[in-house]
Amino acid sequence: MALAEALVRPGTFAAPDVLPVAPPLDALFPYGGPARGGVVSVGSLTVALALLAATSAAGGWCAAAGLPDLGLAAAADAGIDLQRFVVVPAPGEQWAVTVATLLDGVGLVLARPPARLKASDARRLAARLRERRGVLLLAGDTAGAWPDNTDLRIRVEASEWTGLSDGYGRLLRRRTRLVASGRGAAARERRVSAWLPA
Amino acid sequence: MAAGMSRTPRLLTLWCPDWPVVALDLDPDVPAAVLAGEDVFACSRAARAEGVRRGLRRREAQRRCPDVRIVERDEAAEVRAFEPVVNALEAVCPTVEVSRPGLCALPTKGPARYFGGDEALVHVVAEATHDAYRIGIADGRFASAQAARRGIVVPQGKSAAFLAPLPVDLLDRPALADLFARLGLRTLGGVAALPSRQVASRFGAEGIAAHRLARGLDEHLVASRATAREIVAEEVLDPPVESVEQLAFVAKRLADTLAAELAAHVLGCARVLIEAETETGEKRSRLWRYDGAFTATAMAQRVRWQVAGWLEGPAAERPSSGVARLRLTPDEVHRGAGQQLRLFDDATGSVEADERAATVMARLQGLLGFDAVNLAVLSGGRGPAEWARLVPWGEPRPTPYDATPPWPGRLPAPHPTVVHDPVLPARVVDGTGTDVLLDEHGTISVAPQRLSIRGGRPVAITAWAGPWPVQERWWDPAAHVSLARFQIVTADGVARLVATGEGRWWVEGTYD
Repeated sequence: MALAEALVRPGTFAAPDVLPVAPPLDALFPYGGPARGGVVSVGSLTVALALLAATSAAGGWCAAAGLPDLGLAAAADAGIDLQRFVVVPAPGEQWAVTVATLLDGVGLVLARPPARLKASDARRLAARLRERRGVLLLAGDTAGAWPDNTDLRIRVEASEWTGLSDGYGRLLRRRTRLVASGRGAAARERRVSAWLPA
Repeated sequence: MAAGMSRTPRLLTLWCPDWPVVALDLDPDVPAAVLAGEDVFACSRAARAEGVRRGLRRREAQRRCPDVRIVERDEAAEVRAFEPVVNALEAVCPTVEVSRPGLCALPTKGPARYFGGDEALVHVVAEATHDAYRIGIADGRFASAQAARRGIVVPQGKSAAFLAPLPVDLLDRPALADLFARLGLRTLGGVAALPSRQVASRFGAEGIAAHRLARGLDEHLVASRATAREIVAEEVLDPPVESVEQLAFVAKRLADTLAAELAAHVLGCARVLIEAETETGEKRSRLWRYDGAFTATAMAQRVRWQVAGWLEGPAAERPSSGVARLRLTPDEVHRGAGQQLRLFDDATGSVEADERAATVMARLQGLLGFDAVNLAVLSGGRGPAEWARLVPWGEPRPTPYDATPPWPGRLPAPHPTVVHDPVLPARVVDGTGTDVLLDEHGTISVAPQRLSIRGGRPVAITAWAGPWPVQERWWDPAAHVSLARFQIVTADGVARLVATGEGRWWVEGTYD
């Protein structure tokens, strides 16, 4: 598992089987980062890009599938190394196969699932995730799209932009309150105040 | 790998400025411009003196220089005209590598010894080519090309010193040059002095390549030649083919096979040997070099150039019958098919992870199609749709004129995380429901108070800024774009990038 080794920097997080995440977003996860083999739904693309950037900064590959309108300049702003960021904008009918294939060589995949994801496809993907020790981030508030719910769900509870007033200034960043909840160790809701983009 | 790094070949480069124009054999004092499509691809010195530049639209070139002679690009003519030059060089040294018509190089090692030194070799080459070209010698391809521009011989081992005072723009990587400039690095020497490890972590693969060039090394570490030679694409043609068109068709098929094979080995090919042979054993073989890594299309084009130069070239050199055998051999390969994967001449990152990702991308391209799997490249432009573009994995990086900063009127970061394509039609009104209009001076009629998207329910605007006016192609009334952008935050807490022009409004991006 060379990729796994590349992603794990000993001593930077609490448990050995999570992907790296920079503070303050690490506080959203029970073990300081998304657990390998799991699925996380993320309600804000800015948050999702920040999670990808942490893996990218550690030398890992990441990917985006099924997000034809993803702002790539924003991805670069977030700190994702575009040389190690695979973009499959429109996998169409092949969504599940595409994500499964990506997980063979890419440790962290951000994807927007189709409106009707087959339960059998989701089960196969979940098995592939566990086998490959990868992490799948589902873009958008997709609580219903994944059968049995995702391992963790991150939502934006409140958001306030700064930098703009009536005709003056420009968008700088926003103060957000993020909530994470999920199964098992993540059952207790975790709240984090974060400036986005970081 | 360390051994490969230290062996930077010493090369003689022969370069003809403005070859597409020179190949036409016009009077050099006539201002002339060669067009590819509607854009100026090359121009004569006389035209340049009048302000004509590569990349201008036809109309703008004519405005700047009303008596400019406009000629459509004729690639076949460029190849034909360069053919005698390459033939003359091959008499001096058999391993001439051609980058494109008008630019080629040869290793000096053997010939310089034979003719009695570098200066003597330059003299021989100049005489063989009738003093019509610029010739330079240096260690490494990049330094050699720069030496040719200046017509000088850089002494052995002095390439780094020769490059040191030259500007970073010469790297042909505008985005990186920009970044270097902001760090106060304006010369290649400044870039070369950066520690390799930091270059790798701060500037990525592009930075590593630039750093290697600035130090007088070649862009890539060359992988084993033995591996390369095992991968060959060959086709026997029975009956022999005399038409360039038909040969081009065969060439595409061969190039596709070869590209797939290289991709499967996660190799990029920077130099290919193309051999064409007739039934009676007449043969024309040539080395072609490509900056970066050959794509199937680029490789097929070189085959076409070569057979056209042979079958339609100088009558004395033409073969007596059609081509019976065509063979493509990758002569120089490097790790990482197509895209510049990281080079790891320092122990940063993991080659294995890169190779696994490369394998996955190749598999996905097989599944979804070549264009479906991409890497993003940041580019110039003011609008969000132009800030970045996707390049299919395996295609070479875009050429420098694709991204030409600066772009006044471009909004700084943060950039929208969603770039709507197509844009979402919208309405922006004031408190009484009156449409907000932009006049020709870029001023709005009333303060915007409500935004409705795609005919939806109007939402109150809580904060806004703008306009950021955009005036593109002001010289061309037909293509003239006059619009302005605004950033708008609505009561639901969502920020959007909104644009208006000609009385309409639309949402270009969302900061999700």
